[in-house]
Amino acid sequence: MRKKIIAVCLSALIGVLHINAQVAIQNIRVSSEQDKTIKLPEGFTASKIADGYGRVRHIAVTPQNGIYVKLSKLYNGKGILYFKNAEGYGKFEVAASFGNYIGTGIAVKGNYLYASSDEEIFRYKLNEKGEVVNPENPEKIVTGLLNRHQHESKSITLDNAGNIYVNIGAYSNACQEKDRTKGSPGMKPCPILDSAGGIWMFKADKLNQKYAEGIRYATGLRNVVGLDWNTETNSLFVMQHGRDQLHDLFPDLYDTKQSAELPSECLYELHQGSNCGWPYIYYDHLVNKKIIAPEFGGDGKKSTDDYNTPIVAFPGHLAPNGLLFYTGNQFPEKYKNGAFIAFHGSWNRAPEPQEGYYVVFVPMKNGKPNGKWEIFANGFAGKDISPRGAEHRPCGLAQGPDGSLYVTDDTKGTIYKISYKKP
Amino acid sequence: MKKIIAAFVLVSSTSLLAQTGSLNESVKRGKIVYNKVCLSCHMADGGGVPHLNPPLIKTSYVLGDKKMLIGIVLNGMTDRVPIEDEYYSNNMAPHNDLSNQQIADVLTFIRNNFGNKASAVTVAEVNAVRNKKK
Repeated sequence: MRKKIIAVCLSALIGVLHINAQVAIQNIRVSSEQDKTIKLPEGFTASKIADGYGRVRHIAVTPQNGIYVKLSKLYNGKGILYFKNAEGYGKFEVAASFGNYIGTGIAVKGNYLYASSDEEIFRYKLNEKGEVVNPENPEKIVTGLLNRHQHESKSITLDNAGNIYVNIGAYSNACQEKDRTKGSPGMKPCPILDSAGGIWMFKADKLNQKYAEGIRYATGLRNVVGLDWNTETNSLFVMQHGRDQLHDLFPDLYDTKQSAELPSECLYELHQGSNCGWPYIYYDHLVNKKIIAPEFGGDGKKSTDDYNTPIVAFPGHLAPNGLLFYTGNQFPEKYKNGAFIAFHGSWNRAPEPQEGYYVVFVPMKNGKPNGKWEIFANGFAGKDISPRGAEHRPCGLAQGPDGSLYVTDDTKGTIYKISYKKP
Repeated sequence: MKKIIAAFVLVSSTSLLAQTGSLNESVKRGKIVYNKVCLSCHMADGGGVPHLNPPLIKTSYVLGDKKMLIGIVLNGMTDRVPIEDEYYSNNMAPHNDLSNQQIADVLTFIRNNFGNKASAVTVAEVNAVRNKKK
Protein backbone atom coordinates (compact mmCIF):
# COMPACT_ATOMS: atom_id res chain seq x y z
CA MET A 1 0.00 0.00 0.00
CA ARG A 2 2.70 2.42 1.06
CA LYS A 3 4.73 1.60 -2.00
CA LYS A 4 1.71 2.30 -4.17
CA ILE A 5 1.17 5.69 -2.54
CA ILE A 6 4.81 6.56 -3.06
CA ALA A 7 4.58 5.44 -6.68
CA VAL A 8 1.47 7.58 -7.26
CA CYS A 9 3.11 10.53 -5.54
CA LEU A 10 6.23 10.06 -7.63
CA SER A 11 4.35 9.87 -10.90
CA ALA A 12 2.33 12.95 -9.93
CA LEU A 13 5.57 14.74 -9.15
CA ILE A 14 7.08 13.67 -12.45
CA GLY A 15 3.92 14.92 -14.17
CA VAL A 16 4.30 18.31 -12.50
CA LEU A 17 7.97 18.46 -13.44
CA HIS A 18 7.07 17.52 -16.99
CA ILE A 19 4.50 20.31 -17.25
CA ASN A 20 7.01 22.76 -15.81
CA ALA A 21 9.56 21.70 -18.37
CA GLN A 22 7.11 22.60 -21.13
CA VAL A 23 6.81 26.15 -19.81
CA ALA A 24 9.93 27.54 -21.41
CA ILE A 25 10.32 30.66 -19.32
CA GLN A 26 10.29 30.85 -15.56
CA ASN A 27 9.13 34.19 -14.31
CA ILE A 28 11.69 36.31 -12.57
CA ARG A 29 10.13 38.09 -9.62
CA VAL A 30 10.58 41.84 -9.43
CA SER A 31 9.56 44.32 -6.82
CA SER A 32 6.71 46.48 -8.09
CA GLU A 33 7.84 49.31 -5.85
CA GLN A 34 9.13 52.60 -7.20
CA ASP A 35 12.68 52.42 -8.58
CA LYS A 36 14.27 55.51 -7.08
CA THR A 37 17.54 55.06 -8.98
CA ILE A 38 15.76 56.52 -12.00
CA LYS A 39 15.65 60.30 -11.78
CA LEU A 40 12.57 61.91 -13.35
CA PRO A 41 10.78 65.27 -13.40
CA GLU A 42 8.35 65.99 -10.55
CA GLY A 43 5.23 63.85 -10.56
CA PHE A 44 6.80 60.98 -12.53
CA THR A 45 7.74 57.61 -11.05
CA ALA A 46 9.52 54.59 -12.51
CA SER A 47 9.11 50.97 -11.52
CA LYS A 48 10.58 47.77 -12.89
CA ILE A 49 7.94 45.50 -14.34
CA ALA A 50 10.40 42.83 -15.51
CA ASP A 51 14.06 42.18 -14.93
CA GLY A 52 16.73 39.68 -15.88
CA TYR A 53 15.75 38.68 -19.43
CA GLY A 54 19.05 39.66 -21.04
CA ARG A 55 19.28 41.64 -24.23
CA VAL A 56 15.81 43.14 -24.42
CA ARG A 57 15.82 45.46 -27.43
CA HIS A 58 12.60 47.01 -28.79
CA ILE A 59 9.17 46.80 -27.20
CA ALA A 60 5.57 46.97 -28.40
CA VAL A 61 2.46 47.24 -26.25
CA THR A 62 -1.00 46.04 -27.36
CA PRO A 63 -4.21 48.03 -26.79
CA GLN A 64 -5.00 45.34 -24.18
CA ASN A 65 -1.79 46.28 -22.31
CA GLY A 66 0.13 43.14 -23.25
CA ILE A 67 3.85 43.65 -23.80
CA TYR A 68 5.99 42.10 -26.54
CA VAL A 69 9.77 42.46 -26.51
CA LYS A 70 12.39 41.40 -29.06
CA LEU A 71 15.64 39.90 -27.78
CA SER A 72 19.05 40.08 -29.45
CA LYS A 73 20.16 37.02 -27.50
CA LEU A 74 17.84 34.04 -27.15
CA TYR A 75 16.40 33.54 -23.69
CA ASN A 76 15.75 29.84 -23.07
CA GLY A 77 15.88 29.40 -26.84
CA LYS A 78 13.31 32.12 -27.60
CA GLY A 79 13.66 35.53 -29.20
CA ILE A 80 10.28 37.11 -28.38
CA LEU A 81 8.71 37.35 -24.93
CA TYR A 82 5.08 38.24 -24.22
CA PHE A 83 4.25 39.73 -20.82
CA LYS A 84 0.73 39.96 -19.54
CA ASN A 85 -0.84 41.70 -16.58
CA ALA A 86 -0.77 39.19 -13.76
CA GLU A 87 -2.94 40.77 -11.13
CA GLY A 88 -4.17 44.18 -12.01
CA TYR A 89 -2.05 47.01 -13.27
CA GLY A 90 1.66 47.15 -12.60
CA LYS A 91 2.50 43.50 -12.32
CA PHE A 92 3.46 41.50 -15.36
CA GLU A 93 4.58 37.98 -16.02
CA VAL A 94 5.76 36.06 -19.07
CA ALA A 95 2.70 34.45 -20.63
CA ALA A 96 4.35 33.22 -23.85
CA SER A 97 7.74 33.00 -25.55
CA PHE A 98 8.39 32.12 -29.17
CA GLY A 99 10.52 32.83 -32.24
CA ASN A 100 13.91 31.11 -32.49
CA TYR A 101 15.69 34.12 -34.00
CA ILE A 102 17.51 37.08 -32.50
CA GLY A 103 16.78 40.65 -33.56
CA THR A 104 15.77 44.15 -32.54
CA GLY A 105 12.56 45.29 -34.25
CA ILE A 106 9.04 44.69 -32.93
CA ALA A 107 5.74 46.49 -33.58
CA VAL A 108 2.01 45.97 -33.10
CA LYS A 109 -0.30 47.28 -35.82
CA GLY A 110 -3.92 46.30 -36.31
CA ASN A 111 -4.32 42.57 -35.82
CA TYR A 112 -0.66 41.73 -36.28
CA LEU A 113 2.58 41.61 -34.36
CA TYR A 114 5.62 42.38 -36.55
CA ALA A 115 9.13 41.30 -35.56
CA SER A 116 12.51 41.36 -37.29
CA SER A 117 15.63 39.27 -37.28
CA ASP A 118 18.79 40.86 -38.69
CA GLU A 119 17.79 39.65 -42.18
CA GLU A 120 14.01 39.20 -42.27
CA ILE A 121 10.67 40.56 -41.08
CA PHE A 122 7.87 38.30 -39.83
CA ARG A 123 4.31 38.88 -38.75
CA TYR A 124 2.07 37.00 -36.35
CA LYS A 125 -1.73 37.13 -36.26
CA LEU A 126 -3.19 38.45 -33.02
CA ASN A 127 -6.54 37.43 -31.54
CA GLU A 128 -9.05 39.78 -29.90
CA LYS A 129 -7.00 39.66 -26.67
CA GLY A 130 -3.89 40.84 -28.51
CA GLU A 131 -2.26 37.41 -28.17
CA VAL A 132 -0.37 35.61 -30.92
CA VAL A 133 -2.54 32.85 -32.38
CA ASN A 134 0.13 30.71 -34.02
CA PRO A 135 3.53 31.54 -32.54
CA GLU A 136 5.47 28.85 -34.42
CA ASN A 137 4.12 29.75 -37.87
CA PRO A 138 4.60 33.43 -38.63
CA GLU A 139 4.24 34.84 -42.12
CA LYS A 140 7.51 35.98 -43.66
CA ILE A 141 6.95 39.51 -45.00
CA VAL A 142 10.47 40.50 -46.05
CA THR A 143 13.52 38.30 -46.66
CA GLY A 144 17.16 38.64 -47.72
CA LEU A 145 18.04 41.96 -46.08
CA LEU A 146 21.74 42.66 -45.97
CA ASN A 147 23.56 41.66 -42.77
CA ARG A 148 27.26 42.39 -43.00
CA HIS A 149 27.68 42.36 -39.23
CA GLN A 150 28.20 46.06 -38.67
CA HIS A 151 24.99 48.01 -37.93
CA GLU A 152 23.12 44.80 -38.61
CA SER A 153 19.99 45.31 -36.52
CA LYS A 154 16.76 45.92 -38.42
CA SER A 155 14.36 48.28 -36.69
CA ILE A 156 10.78 48.55 -37.94
CA THR A 157 7.79 50.86 -37.82
CA LEU A 158 4.53 51.09 -39.77
CA ASP A 159 2.45 53.91 -41.21
CA ASN A 160 -1.36 53.99 -41.43
CA ALA A 161 -1.42 53.14 -45.13
CA GLY A 162 -0.24 49.51 -45.02
CA ASN A 163 3.51 50.09 -45.32
CA ILE A 164 6.33 48.88 -43.11
CA TYR A 165 9.65 50.76 -42.88
CA VAL A 166 12.93 49.04 -42.03
CA ASN A 167 16.38 50.38 -41.38
CA ILE A 168 19.23 48.75 -43.27
CA GLY A 169 22.39 50.06 -41.62
CA ALA A 170 25.59 50.71 -43.55
CA TYR A 171 28.23 48.05 -42.97
CA SER A 172 30.84 50.76 -42.60
CA ASN A 173 31.81 53.76 -40.52
CA ALA A 174 32.42 56.35 -43.22
CA CYS A 175 32.44 54.42 -46.53
CA GLN A 176 36.23 54.41 -46.81
CA GLU A 177 37.86 51.95 -49.19
CA LYS A 178 39.17 50.25 -46.04
CA ASP A 179 36.76 50.62 -43.14
CA ARG A 180 38.04 52.62 -40.15
CA THR A 181 41.54 52.79 -41.63
CA LYS A 182 43.60 55.95 -41.35
CA GLY A 183 44.52 57.33 -44.75
CA SER A 184 42.04 55.20 -46.68
CA PRO A 185 40.00 57.45 -49.01
CA GLY A 186 36.23 57.76 -49.05
CA MET A 187 34.41 56.13 -51.97
CA LYS A 188 32.27 58.45 -54.09
CA PRO A 189 29.71 57.37 -55.04
CA CYS A 190 29.51 55.18 -51.95
CA PRO A 191 28.65 51.68 -53.25
CA ILE A 192 27.05 50.70 -49.95
CA LEU A 193 24.08 53.00 -50.54
CA ASP A 194 22.48 50.73 -53.17
CA SER A 195 21.59 48.11 -50.58
CA ALA A 196 22.13 49.72 -47.17
CA GLY A 197 22.62 53.04 -45.40
CA GLY A 198 18.95 53.96 -45.59
CA ILE A 199 15.31 53.17 -44.87
CA TRP A 200 13.46 50.74 -47.11
CA MET A 201 9.67 50.59 -47.46
CA PHE A 202 7.76 47.35 -47.99
CA LYS A 203 4.09 46.30 -48.01
CA ALA A 204 3.01 45.18 -44.57
CA ASP A 205 0.77 42.39 -45.93
CA LYS A 206 2.76 40.92 -48.84
CA LEU A 207 4.77 37.76 -48.30
CA ASN A 208 8.44 37.09 -49.13
CA GLN A 209 9.34 40.53 -50.43
CA LYS A 210 12.97 41.10 -51.41
CA TYR A 211 14.92 44.27 -52.21
CA ALA A 212 13.41 44.37 -55.71
CA GLU A 213 9.89 44.67 -54.27
CA GLY A 214 10.88 47.26 -51.69
CA ILE A 215 11.49 50.95 -52.19
CA ARG A 216 14.59 52.73 -50.95
CA TYR A 217 12.51 55.32 -49.11
CA ALA A 218 15.39 57.42 -47.79
CA THR A 219 19.17 57.23 -48.14
CA GLY A 220 22.34 58.70 -46.65
CA LEU A 221 21.63 57.33 -43.18
CA ARG A 222 24.60 55.53 -41.64
CA ASN A 223 22.60 53.57 -39.10
CA VAL A 224 19.17 54.01 -37.57
CA VAL A 225 17.96 52.06 -34.57
CA GLY A 226 15.21 54.35 -33.19
CA LEU A 227 12.43 55.25 -35.62
CA ASP A 228 8.72 56.09 -35.31
CA TRP A 229 5.79 57.14 -37.44
CA ASN A 230 4.54 60.56 -36.35
CA THR A 231 0.73 60.53 -36.58
CA GLU A 232 0.50 64.31 -36.18
CA THR A 233 2.56 65.01 -39.33
CA ASN A 234 1.82 61.62 -40.92
CA SER A 235 5.52 61.14 -41.66
CA LEU A 236 8.49 59.01 -40.69
CA PHE A 237 11.07 60.23 -38.17
CA VAL A 238 14.39 58.53 -37.48
CA MET A 239 17.38 58.98 -35.21
CA GLN A 240 20.73 58.44 -36.92
CA HIS A 241 23.82 57.05 -35.21
CA GLY A 242 26.55 59.38 -36.48
CA ARG A 243 29.99 58.29 -37.63
CA ASP A 244 32.84 57.41 -35.27
CA GLN A 245 36.55 58.18 -34.95
CA LEU A 246 37.10 61.68 -36.33
CA HIS A 247 40.22 62.05 -34.17
CA ASP A 248 41.58 58.53 -34.77
CA LEU A 249 41.34 58.97 -38.52
CA PHE A 250 42.13 62.71 -38.77
CA PRO A 251 44.16 63.70 -35.71
CA ASP A 252 45.36 66.86 -37.45
CA LEU A 253 41.79 68.12 -37.92
CA TYR A 254 40.07 67.00 -34.72
CA ASP A 255 41.34 66.77 -31.13
CA THR A 256 39.86 64.20 -28.77
CA LYS A 257 37.38 66.72 -27.31
CA GLN A 258 36.01 67.66 -30.74
CA SER A 259 35.93 64.01 -31.69
CA ALA A 260 33.87 63.20 -28.58
CA GLU A 261 31.34 65.96 -29.28
CA LEU A 262 31.07 65.47 -33.07
CA PRO A 263 29.30 64.60 -35.20
CA SER A 264 25.78 65.32 -33.93
CA GLU A 265 23.31 62.51 -33.39
CA CYS A 266 20.42 63.68 -35.58
CA LEU A 267 16.64 63.48 -35.60
CA TYR A 268 15.40 63.60 -39.21
CA GLU A 269 11.95 63.81 -40.72
CA LEU A 270 11.92 61.69 -43.87
CA HIS A 271 9.85 61.64 -47.03
CA GLN A 272 10.28 59.41 -50.03
CA GLY A 273 13.57 60.36 -51.68
CA SER A 274 15.11 62.05 -48.62
CA ASN A 275 18.90 62.03 -48.53
CA CYS A 276 20.58 62.77 -45.20
CA GLY A 277 24.09 62.85 -46.66
CA TRP A 278 26.06 60.01 -45.09
CA PRO A 279 28.93 59.37 -45.76
CA TYR A 280 29.68 62.65 -47.55
CA ILE A 281 28.68 65.02 -44.75
CA TYR A 282 27.94 65.10 -41.05
CA TYR A 283 26.06 67.62 -38.92
CA ASP A 284 27.81 69.89 -36.41
CA HIS A 285 25.36 71.18 -33.78
CA LEU A 286 27.96 73.63 -32.42
CA VAL A 287 27.88 75.68 -35.63
CA ASN A 288 24.56 74.36 -37.03
CA LYS A 289 26.09 73.33 -40.34
CA LYS A 290 26.33 70.33 -42.61
CA ILE A 291 30.07 69.77 -42.70
CA ILE A 292 31.90 67.96 -45.52
CA ALA A 293 33.31 64.70 -44.12
CA PRO A 294 37.13 64.65 -44.02
CA GLU A 295 37.21 61.46 -46.18
CA PHE A 296 35.53 63.51 -48.92
CA GLY A 297 37.68 66.62 -48.95
CA GLY A 298 36.45 68.27 -45.75
CA ASP A 299 38.68 70.15 -43.35
CA GLY A 300 36.30 70.23 -40.38
CA LYS A 301 34.89 73.61 -41.50
CA LYS A 302 33.78 73.42 -45.14
CA SER A 303 30.01 73.09 -45.25
CA THR A 304 27.25 72.49 -47.78
CA ASP A 305 23.55 73.29 -48.19
CA ASP A 306 22.85 69.95 -49.85
CA TYR A 307 21.04 67.11 -48.09
CA ASN A 308 18.35 67.03 -45.37
CA THR A 309 18.78 69.23 -42.33
CA PRO A 310 18.09 67.54 -39.01
CA ILE A 311 15.03 68.55 -36.97
CA VAL A 312 17.08 68.30 -33.75
CA ALA A 313 20.81 67.64 -33.31
CA PHE A 314 22.26 66.14 -30.14
CA PRO A 315 25.87 65.75 -28.93
CA GLY A 316 27.94 63.01 -30.55
CA HIS A 317 27.99 59.26 -29.98
CA LEU A 318 25.06 59.10 -27.52
CA ALA A 319 23.65 56.21 -29.58
CA PRO A 320 19.90 56.83 -29.97
CA ASN A 321 18.29 53.38 -29.92
CA GLY A 322 14.64 54.25 -29.32
CA LEU A 323 12.29 56.97 -30.62
CA LEU A 324 8.66 57.50 -29.60
CA PHE A 325 6.18 60.28 -30.26
CA TYR A 326 3.98 60.58 -27.20
CA THR A 327 0.26 60.62 -27.98
CA GLY A 328 -1.10 59.61 -24.58
CA ASN A 329 -3.21 61.59 -22.14
CA GLN A 330 -1.56 60.57 -18.86
CA PHE A 331 1.45 62.91 -19.01
CA PRO A 332 1.12 66.73 -18.76
CA GLU A 333 0.13 68.70 -21.87
CA LYS A 334 3.71 69.66 -22.82
CA TYR A 335 4.53 66.02 -23.58
CA LYS A 336 1.78 65.62 -26.17
CA ASN A 337 3.24 64.91 -29.65
CA GLY A 338 6.76 65.44 -28.32
CA ALA A 339 9.58 62.96 -28.89
CA PHE A 340 11.13 60.64 -26.34
CA ILE A 341 14.55 59.33 -27.33
CA ALA A 342 16.34 56.47 -25.54
CA PHE A 343 20.09 57.05 -25.71
CA HIS A 344 21.94 53.76 -25.27
CA GLY A 345 25.09 55.68 -24.25
CA SER A 346 28.42 56.35 -25.90
CA TRP A 347 31.65 54.41 -26.34
CA ASN A 348 33.37 56.51 -28.98
CA ARG A 349 34.02 59.45 -26.64
CA ALA A 350 37.08 57.76 -25.05
CA PRO A 351 39.47 59.01 -23.73
CA GLU A 352 36.94 61.76 -22.84
CA PRO A 353 34.17 60.78 -20.39
CA GLN A 354 31.27 58.78 -21.82
CA GLU A 355 27.80 60.32 -22.15
CA GLY A 356 24.20 59.28 -22.69
CA TYR A 357 22.58 56.31 -20.94
CA TYR A 358 19.40 58.35 -20.47
CA VAL A 359 16.02 59.11 -22.02
CA VAL A 360 15.60 62.58 -23.51
CA PHE A 361 12.41 64.51 -24.20
CA VAL A 362 11.95 67.05 -27.02
CA PRO A 363 8.77 69.15 -26.81
CA MET A 364 7.30 69.27 -30.33
CA LYS A 365 4.37 70.58 -32.28
CA ASN A 366 3.59 69.54 -35.86
CA GLY A 367 6.90 67.73 -36.08
CA LYS A 368 9.00 70.76 -35.08
CA PRO A 369 10.57 71.36 -31.67
CA ASN A 370 8.84 74.11 -29.67
CA GLY A 371 11.29 74.12 -26.78
CA LYS A 372 14.73 72.87 -25.81
CA TRP A 373 15.40 69.17 -25.39
CA GLU A 374 15.92 67.95 -21.85
CA ILE A 375 17.04 64.82 -20.06
CA PHE A 376 13.80 63.16 -18.96
CA ALA A 377 14.95 59.95 -17.26
CA ASN A 378 18.47 59.38 -15.98
CA GLY A 379 20.32 57.04 -13.62
CA PHE A 380 20.07 53.83 -15.69
CA ALA A 381 23.85 53.35 -15.82
CA GLY A 382 24.44 53.64 -12.07
CA LYS A 383 27.86 54.83 -10.92
CA ASP A 384 29.97 53.62 -13.83
CA ILE A 385 28.97 55.59 -16.94
CA SER A 386 30.65 53.35 -19.50
CA PRO A 387 29.45 50.79 -22.02
CA ARG A 388 30.80 47.87 -20.00
CA GLY A 389 30.23 49.26 -16.52
CA ALA A 390 26.69 50.58 -16.98
CA GLU A 391 24.14 48.60 -15.02
CA HIS A 392 21.39 49.34 -17.52
CA ARG A 393 21.36 50.92 -20.97
CA PRO A 394 18.10 52.37 -22.37
CA CYS A 395 17.16 50.85 -25.71
CA GLY A 396 13.48 50.58 -26.66
CA LEU A 397 10.46 52.77 -25.96
CA ALA A 398 6.72 52.14 -26.08
CA GLN A 399 3.54 53.80 -24.90
CA GLY A 400 0.94 51.82 -22.97
CA PRO A 401 -2.82 52.19 -23.54
CA ASP A 402 -3.05 54.12 -20.27
CA GLY A 403 -0.39 56.59 -21.46
CA SER A 404 2.47 55.12 -19.41
CA LEU A 405 5.92 55.07 -21.00
CA TYR A 406 7.88 51.81 -21.16
CA VAL A 407 11.68 51.75 -21.42
CA THR A 408 13.72 48.61 -22.07
CA ASP A 409 17.33 47.92 -21.10
CA ASP A 410 19.41 45.51 -23.17
CA THR A 411 22.16 44.94 -20.62
CA LYS A 412 20.24 43.13 -17.90
CA GLY A 413 16.89 42.87 -19.60
CA THR A 414 14.95 45.24 -17.40
CA ILE A 415 11.64 46.77 -18.46
CA TYR A 416 10.71 50.04 -16.74
CA LYS A 417 7.27 51.59 -16.57
CA ILE A 418 7.19 55.37 -16.13
CA SER A 419 3.93 56.89 -14.93
CA TYR A 420 2.72 60.35 -14.00
CA LYS A 421 0.53 61.56 -11.18
CA LYS A 422 -0.08 65.26 -10.59
CA PRO A 423 1.86 66.19 -7.45
CA MET B 1 84.44 25.07 -9.47
CA LYS B 2 82.82 27.35 -6.96
CA LYS B 3 84.04 30.29 -8.97
CA ILE B 4 82.44 28.93 -12.09
CA ILE B 5 79.11 28.46 -10.32
CA ALA B 6 79.34 31.94 -8.84
CA ALA B 7 80.11 33.40 -12.25
CA PHE B 8 77.24 31.45 -13.77
CA VAL B 9 74.81 32.66 -11.12
CA LEU B 10 76.03 36.21 -11.62
CA VAL B 11 75.65 36.04 -15.41
CA SER B 12 72.24 34.42 -15.38
CA SER B 13 70.83 36.77 -12.77
CA THR B 14 72.13 39.78 -14.69
CA SER B 15 70.55 38.56 -17.89
CA LEU B 16 67.32 37.89 -15.99
CA LEU B 17 67.44 41.41 -14.63
CA ALA B 18 68.18 42.74 -18.09
CA GLN B 19 65.24 40.80 -19.47
CA THR B 20 62.85 42.07 -16.80
CA GLY B 21 64.16 45.54 -17.43
CA SER B 22 63.54 45.29 -21.13
CA LEU B 23 60.06 43.87 -20.51
CA ASN B 24 59.25 46.86 -18.31
CA GLU B 25 60.65 49.23 -20.90
CA SER B 26 58.67 47.57 -23.64
CA VAL B 27 55.47 47.74 -21.54
CA LYS B 28 56.12 51.42 -20.88
CA ARG B 29 56.56 52.19 -24.57
CA GLY B 30 53.63 49.94 -25.43
CA LYS B 31 51.30 51.91 -23.18
CA ILE B 32 51.99 55.06 -25.20
CA VAL B 33 51.14 53.23 -28.43
CA TYR B 34 48.02 51.72 -26.81
CA ASN B 35 46.70 55.09 -25.64
CA LYS B 36 47.23 56.59 -29.07
CA VAL B 37 46.03 53.80 -31.33
CA CYS B 38 43.96 51.25 -29.42
CA LEU B 39 42.25 52.95 -26.47
CA SER B 40 39.43 54.66 -28.34
CA CYS B 41 37.92 51.27 -29.26
CA HIS B 42 39.28 48.84 -26.67
CA MET B 43 38.89 51.38 -23.82
CA ALA B 44 41.34 52.44 -21.10
CA ASP B 45 40.70 49.28 -19.08
CA GLY B 46 41.05 46.94 -22.08
CA GLY B 47 37.44 45.90 -21.57
CA GLY B 48 36.27 46.82 -25.06
CA VAL B 49 32.63 47.60 -25.83
CA PRO B 50 29.98 44.90 -25.45
CA HIS B 51 28.91 43.51 -28.86
CA LEU B 52 31.05 46.05 -30.78
CA ASN B 53 34.74 45.97 -29.86
CA PRO B 54 36.22 42.87 -28.20
CA PRO B 55 37.85 42.93 -24.77
CA LEU B 56 41.57 42.30 -24.32
CA ILE B 57 41.22 40.86 -20.84
CA LYS B 58 42.36 37.25 -20.55
CA THR B 59 40.95 36.23 -23.91
CA SER B 60 42.40 33.37 -25.92
CA TYR B 61 43.21 35.81 -28.73
CA VAL B 62 45.41 37.94 -26.48
CA LEU B 63 47.03 35.16 -24.45
CA GLY B 64 47.25 32.54 -27.21
CA ASP B 65 49.20 32.23 -30.46
CA LYS B 66 51.41 35.29 -30.81
CA LYS B 67 51.61 34.93 -34.61
CA MET B 68 47.84 35.25 -34.89
CA LEU B 69 47.81 38.23 -32.55
CA ILE B 70 50.56 39.99 -34.52
CA GLY B 71 48.65 39.19 -37.72
CA ILE B 72 45.51 40.90 -36.37
CA VAL B 73 47.42 44.11 -35.66
CA LEU B 74 49.08 44.04 -39.11
CA ASN B 75 46.04 43.01 -41.16
CA GLY B 76 43.10 44.20 -39.06
CA MET B 77 40.10 42.01 -38.45
CA THR B 78 36.86 41.91 -40.39
CA ASP B 79 35.91 38.27 -39.75
CA ARG B 80 33.02 37.76 -37.46
CA VAL B 81 34.23 35.06 -35.11
CA PRO B 82 33.21 34.42 -31.53
CA ILE B 83 35.65 35.59 -28.87
CA GLU B 84 34.91 33.72 -25.65
CA ASP B 85 31.41 33.00 -27.02
CA GLU B 86 30.55 36.59 -27.88
CA TYR B 87 30.40 38.24 -31.30
CA TYR B 88 31.70 41.73 -32.00
CA SER B 89 30.36 43.86 -34.87
CA ASN B 90 32.95 46.52 -35.60
CA ASN B 91 35.75 46.04 -38.11
CA MET B 92 39.29 46.57 -36.90
CA ALA B 93 41.58 48.52 -39.21
CA PRO B 94 45.01 47.18 -40.18
CA HIS B 95 47.80 48.93 -38.30
CA ASN B 96 50.72 48.04 -40.54
CA ASP B 97 51.87 51.66 -40.42
CA LEU B 98 53.18 50.93 -36.91
CA SER B 99 56.85 49.84 -36.72
CA ASN B 100 57.82 46.32 -35.65
CA GLN B 101 59.07 47.83 -32.41
CA GLN B 102 55.76 49.61 -31.76
CA ILE B 103 53.76 46.46 -32.44
CA ALA B 104 56.05 44.36 -30.23
CA ASP B 105 55.73 46.97 -27.47
CA VAL B 106 51.98 47.38 -27.64
CA LEU B 107 51.35 43.63 -27.67
CA THR B 108 53.79 43.14 -24.80
CA PHE B 109 51.89 45.87 -22.93
CA ILE B 110 48.53 44.23 -23.62
CA ARG B 111 49.80 40.76 -22.65
CA ASN B 112 51.09 42.14 -19.34
CA ASN B 113 48.24 44.46 -18.42
CA PHE B 114 44.49 44.30 -17.82
CA GLY B 115 45.07 41.25 -15.61
CA ASN B 116 47.01 39.43 -18.35
CA LYS B 117 50.34 37.72 -17.74
CA ALA B 118 52.06 36.33 -20.81
CA SER B 119 55.43 36.38 -22.53
CA ALA B 120 56.69 39.44 -24.34
CA VAL B 121 56.31 39.85 -28.08
CA THR B 122 59.67 40.55 -29.74
CA VAL B 123 60.57 42.67 -32.73
CA ALA B 124 61.87 39.50 -34.43
CA GLU B 125 58.49 37.80 -34.00
CA VAL B 126 56.67 40.78 -35.52
CA ASN B 127 59.19 40.95 -38.33
CA ALA B 128 58.71 37.26 -39.12
CA VAL B 129 54.92 37.65 -39.45
CA ARG B 130 55.25 40.84 -41.49
CA ASN B 131 57.73 39.24 -43.91
CA LYS B 132 55.67 36.11 -44.29
CA LYS B 133 52.73 38.26 -45.31
CA LYS B 134 54.60 39.74 -48.27
